[in-house]
Amino acid sequence: MTDSVNRGLNDPAAPTRRRVGSQVEGPGALQAAPKRKRFSLLTRRDKIVLGLMVGIPTSIHLFFIWLPTVASAVLSFTSWNGIGLDKIKFIGLKNYADLFGGVYPPFWPAIQHNVIWLAVFMFIATPLGMFLAVLLDKEIRGTRVYQSAIYLPVVLSLAIVGFIWQLIYSPDEGFINSILGTAGTPQAIDWIGNRNLNLWAILVAASWRHVGYIMVLYLAGLKSVDPGLREAASIDGAGERQTFFQVVFPVLRPINIVVIVITVIESLRAFDLVYITNRGLNGLEILSVLVTNNIIGEASRVGFGSALAVILLVVSVGPIIVYLTRSIKAETE
Amino acid sequence: MVHTRWPGDPRETAAARTPRRTSGPRVLALGSALLIIAAACGGGASPAPTTAPSTAASAAPSSAASAAARGDVTVGSNYSDKVPKDAFASMLSYCATQTGVTPKVNTVEHGAFQDSINSYLQGTPDDVFTWFAGYRMQFFAGQGLSTDISDVWAKVGSNYSDAFKKASTGADGKQYFIPMYNYPWVIIYRKSLFTEKGYTIPKTWADFKTLAAKIQADKIVPLAFADKDGWPAMGTFDILNMRQNGYQFHVDLMAGKVKWTDPKVKDVFNLWKELLPFTQPNALGRTWQEGAQSMIKKEAAMYFLGTFAGEQATDPAIHDDLGFFAFPVLGNTWDSENAIDAPIDGLMLSKSPKNVAGAKALLECVGTGPAQLAFLKTSPNNVAAAKNADTSSYTPFQKSMADIIGKSGAIAQFLDRDTRPDFAGPNGMQGFLQTFLNDPKQNLDTFLGKIQSFYDSLPKQ
Repeated sequence: MTDSVNRGLNDPAAPTRRRVGSQVEGPGALQAAPKRKRFSLLTRRDKIVLGLMVGIPTSIHLFFIWLPTVASAVLSFTSWNGIGLDKIKFIGLKNYADLFGGVYPPFWPAIQHNVIWLAVFMFIATPLGMFLAVLLDKEIRGTRVYQSAIYLPVVLSLAIVGFIWQLIYSPDEGFINSILGTAGTPQAIDWIGNRNLNLWAILVAASWRHVGYIMVLYLAGLKSVDPGLREAASIDGAGERQTFFQVVFPVLRPINIVVIVITVIESLRAFDLVYITNRGLNGLEILSVLVTNNIIGEASRVGFGSALAVILLVVSVGPIIVYLTRSIKAETE
Repeated sequence: MVHTRWPGDPRETAAARTPRRTSGPRVLALGSALLIIAAACGGGASPAPTTAPSTAASAAPSSAASAAARGDVTVGSNYSDKVPKDAFASMLSYCATQTGVTPKVNTVEHGAFQDSINSYLQGTPDDVFTWFAGYRMQFFAGQGLSTDISDVWAKVGSNYSDAFKKASTGADGKQYFIPMYNYPWVIIYRKSLFTEKGYTIPKTWADFKTLAAKIQADKIVPLAFADKDGWPAMGTFDILNMRQNGYQFHVDLMAGKVKWTDPKVKDVFNLWKELLPFTQPNALGRTWQEGAQSMIKKEAAMYFLGTFAGEQATDPAIHDDLGFFAFPVLGNTWDSENAIDAPIDGLMLSKSPKNVAGAKALLECVGTGPAQLAFLKTSPNNVAAAKNADTSSYTPFQKSMADIIGKSGAIAQFLDRDTRPDFAGPNGMQGFLQTFLNDPKQNLDTFLGKIQSFYDSLPKQ
């Protein structure tokens, strides 16, 4: 398929090159080709406008996305306290060696916590959100109320979500411990302080928000499904479950991709809740917070933090590229 | 690192950086387009949301003529909570009258102020800014981000003791800092509870443990404890270390001259293990404010913290009921030294102030007793740094603080003010101390080995 496309593109040039090539040396031939006057639909003005329309976004993209990315990658091989460009010192792979070698204790827990976060979102929160969307799509009574109630946490900023859950989890004054009658006593469950519990406590809070987000996305998708399809399926004798898995779910392929990509992104960029709760200490280490703790603030280990950022980038971009290329390929076939 | 001195949650706005306080190269390193946009906007004249122009000078009409002569001095302040903010304003107002400069205060939420200090000082900082004494000051002085004010010290030096001068001196022997006040880390308690139950103030470690056992028998938590914030446990480590090994050992350990694997450090953690049965459980989920509240509510009998814990007692009657005493001595060679943490807060001059003469005049004024008293009148949880401050106006709480500081043979700043910032922060010691508190029974040699290898992995300074 691609072969024929390439040939088609090369077609006009191909004969020329072959013909000229037989008479003169190669380089001359390549220079000779563009000299032929080409017919263009575009005026000079159009070209300038087009150039600007493509050039400005491209330069913005390069400046804001690629420059920082490349700068991070370069800085990850340096030691720099962030004060004065002359203080940048290249130290090779030391930052990475320190990270993987265990000199920096929060690193491996952070990787583990990011993986747990991803797994919980992928296998619990996202399916739950989709399930709620399917239920709400049934036009049950009060569906608007449920929709708003479930979507509400998404509207709240994560800073507020964090605050709300701290009120629920606090050992001395928190809601759960008050209900259990253990508030302020030594038996109180320390949801945030106990490093065996706190990640799960935070994940509940994060999922609370994530479920609503996925629910809305999926509900919008479900609404767009042609009712004829369902009708046809039911005429063919398919049950509810069969209709969903055999007909609706495959039709929603584009939405599914969006949902999965969003889930991956949301779980890898998890930051706010943890930062608000305890700045990523004590059982809540995650990569994004470690990056912040190293770069922002007085610590100012810019090189080391950049190495962490690069690892986070690789971890986030890797699966998304693999998934997107596979699904786009499947789509075009 | 984030030494949250005032109530309120610093993290809420920690991400909100004021536009002026960003510098190109550092932000790029974040690899975050968002912050770049913030930096790009930073060039503009958009006013910082937290900026509150001070009206301090307007209170001094008599000096209007000279004010025009001395000009404006911009002051970057991290006093974002009401009590210290008002206190700072009244001090500046006093100095405006005295010197004829017009201070323009730029208040930034204190957590955010500390988090962005690096880029703030490299960007276009205010002429004068609030900061902390000790290594934390020396670091920025060493990087050339603040201006030498030895000439101001030549004028106000006689107001200060040598200890304050030393804490204001950079590695190059010049002064970079004007102390305003300090506050000791002590054991705070409710006098009424002690009277009611017949508890007496313990002088020695043995007395303390006896008392704690007695309190425990009364079904009260002997010592409140909170370390969700990460830094309060540093205070406990510091005092145990200085009681066990003396002030000089603290200094050497913080400076990296002594290794963390030294058996003397292990002794400190073993001592801490003796203390743990008497401290409040679940400390890692509790903020210092909650810790102070449990002492105020008499759920816990004592609380080891800086005297700023008193701010939590908003009812004046309860505040008057608060007493405190220095951490008990262990009965060793360091008893007579009796070192404590008493961190000093003050002002520094940025690297290229617009109004050098005005800023120095302002600093000179801040270095005097009356100016500091103007601050303390509104915020009585600290004591003045200057010797010539008239202490007759002190509250009993302040008198007691001055007394404890006066009886201490050596004054340390605080773990995160005495050592390098990349070691003390959430990446380093905050996390390590929490690891210890999570599992005090762990192998201390392995634990201390990890601290040392982390320290060794940091770039040489």
